[in-house]
Amino acid sequence: MGRQLSEAIVDGILGGSVYALMAVGLTLIFGVLDIINIAQGILVVLGGYLSYVLSVHLHLDLFVGLLVTVPAMFIVGVAIQWAFIRPLRGRERTSMSLLATYAVAIIIEGILYIIFGSNYVNLSASYTTTGPKIFGFYLNYIYIYGFLMALVLVVGIYYTLYRTQFGRTIRATMQDHTAARIVGINVNRVQALTFGIGVAVTAAGGMVFGATGGGFNPNTGYDLISRLLAIVILGGLGSIAGAMVAAIFMITLEGVVTVLWSPSWSVVVFYGALVVVLAFRPQGLLGRKAARAQ
Amino acid sequence: MSQGTVNAGPAQAGGTVQAPAGRDRRATAIRLGLLGVLLFIAVIFPLVITNALYTQFAVDTMIYVGAVAAWNLFSGYTGYIALGHAVFFGTGAYTVGLLTKQWKLPGGDIFALLPLGGLVAALVAVPLGLIALRVRRHTFVVITIAFFFIFQLMAFNLSFTGGNQGLSSPFFLWSASDYNNPFYYVGLIIAVGTITLSWLIRNSRFGLQLLAIRDDEDRAQGLGVRTMKVKLIAYAISGGISGMIGGLWWFFIGQALPETAFNPLFDLTVALMAFLGGFGTLAGPVLGALILEPLQQWIGITFTNGYVSDIVLGVLFLAVILFLPRGIVPTGAEFVTKWRVAQARRREPGPGGSAPPAPPGSPAASRTSTPAAGTPSTGTPSTGGVR
Repeated sequence: MGRQLSEAIVDGILGGSVYALMAVGLTLIFGVLDIINIAQGILVVLGGYLSYVLSVHLHLDLFVGLLVTVPAMFIVGVAIQWAFIRPLRGRERTSMSLLATYAVAIIIEGILYIIFGSNYVNLSASYTTTGPKIFGFYLNYIYIYGFLMALVLVVGIYYTLYRTQFGRTIRATMQDHTAARIVGINVNRVQALTFGIGVAVTAAGGMVFGATGGGFNPNTGYDLISRLLAIVILGGLGSIAGAMVAAIFMITLEGVVTVLWSPSWSVVVFYGALVVVLAFRPQGLLGRKAARAQ
Repeated sequence: MSQGTVNAGPAQAGGTVQAPAGRDRRATAIRLGLLGVLLFIAVIFPLVITNALYTQFAVDTMIYVGAVAAWNLFSGYTGYIALGHAVFFGTGAYTVGLLTKQWKLPGGDIFALLPLGGLVAALVAVPLGLIALRVRRHTFVVITIAFFFIFQLMAFNLSFTGGNQGLSSPFFLWSASDYNNPFYYVGLIIAVGTITLSWLIRNSRFGLQLLAIRDDEDRAQGLGVRTMKVKLIAYAISGGISGMIGGLWWFFIGQALPETAFNPLFDLTVALMAFLGGFGTLAGPVLGALILEPLQQWIGITFTNGYVSDIVLGVLFLAVILFLPRGIVPTGAEFVTKWRVAQARRREPGPGGSAPPAPPGSPAASRTSTPAAGTPSTGTPSTGGVR
């Protein structure tokens, strides 16, 4: 039991960092565009499939393949924003964007089913099956590499947001669209790029997810998006630090419950935790009281 | 459906010739007549068209008409987009299913159980609403989705729900030829009842409070609306009706599985139907359901590959969102208003205004009208824009 528990905690923290990466993308998109990207889950799966194609057919290393898949997903993100999000206007824009991204998710899911079928796919490399022994269990290298990569990317996003001119324009847009426009920020461009970045991180997240978990198929998108939504809401919508804390907390909690109780109830506990937290703190763990009064 | 619109065409054109006061009365009469015709068509539908495939579609459509009207009663009026009404749908289905099994009811008067299923769903809605209705906008949407997942997982995991196997309904010994009819008429009664209730609420103090919340909740609260209570009541009513419809669906389909009774596509479809027809309007969601559900069934038959039909559905969703963002009814209403304003402007000037309008083709009439109606006409479009 003790060994299993420590394994669950270590896996939770390392695996949670990957969820943190995907959730940061989601919360960044929310902060800047004021929409929730329901397609984030299926885009993670799409990123995973891209890595799968590169590694199986072109025999590229999984991490080297990211040099292709991350820019590709960035372009996919910008295209989705340009085609389906930007045209939305008016009072019901928020709800329309939810439905629009949901529709995008359904379309991508259908296409993936047609191309890849419903069989589960695993990403494999030498480092997905070997690793050092710590706390009495074997930890595959991919967990460590994935954690380090997620760390680098999240730090990179933080640095971009808080130390660069582009980051300042993003944060300004997050605070107030109109004011940002007045001081000369091209809000449309910032929104497109942010959506692209938010989707691009799913390529990295999808690769690690596919190499660590029990495999994925197109249906996995629902699993992912429901978890990611719970995470970003728990952390407080629009809060990047909150998303990271919540991701690691939730994934660890799920792992611990799986060990202590049963795998079939761990997901209920996962959402139960969300409901309990929100009953006492409606704005989420690190969210601001009223994110935006638009 | 098409017959009704054909009838309306000439009648409305005639109405515009009348003086404004008469036109109002005339319009009400036309509207009531149209409703009567629609209801008549709905009632005789399964008697005229007896093909089991079509009556089955009709039952599905009725189920969705009721479900969308119930959803709109809460989400459309308050502006809180709930994407978790499958919770109530499924709760109703499982309640009715478990009770039927427990009491070993024979076929026939089982429909008496539906209100009970609705009651349980409404009772479930109260604690959920107390939590979810404290937050707004995106967070509310996501919490309703979270509730949905919790309930689906409970249906999978709890022992009394039958887990993966779900619950099978009793087999009814009705004649095969009109097997679908009882379901259809019960569905019709629920749908008409829900629409009537929506209309009554819309014209009541309670409805005004809901609409005030939709427009500006803080201000509504400041004006003395007890927002939490009002929202909660609407949520429970909406959930209760969804539960009744879930029970009906269970009898009709014959089996409730966790993934079909608590179906994420149900949440999405209901919202999309409402948006297609006109979010928050009375007729819009019904229209949306009448269009979309048969269309979905048709797509399901035409594209036998389930994934292709999903893609077609997704593309359809996107097309609606991008090209008809405000829904059919508001867009149509705006069109009619613009057309009327144009007609009125053509007639307004000159002392002969009360006379029948000049033929639209006559250039003289339209030319003289333009300068004379200069000042009033600038005001007209803006008043015309308001519903």
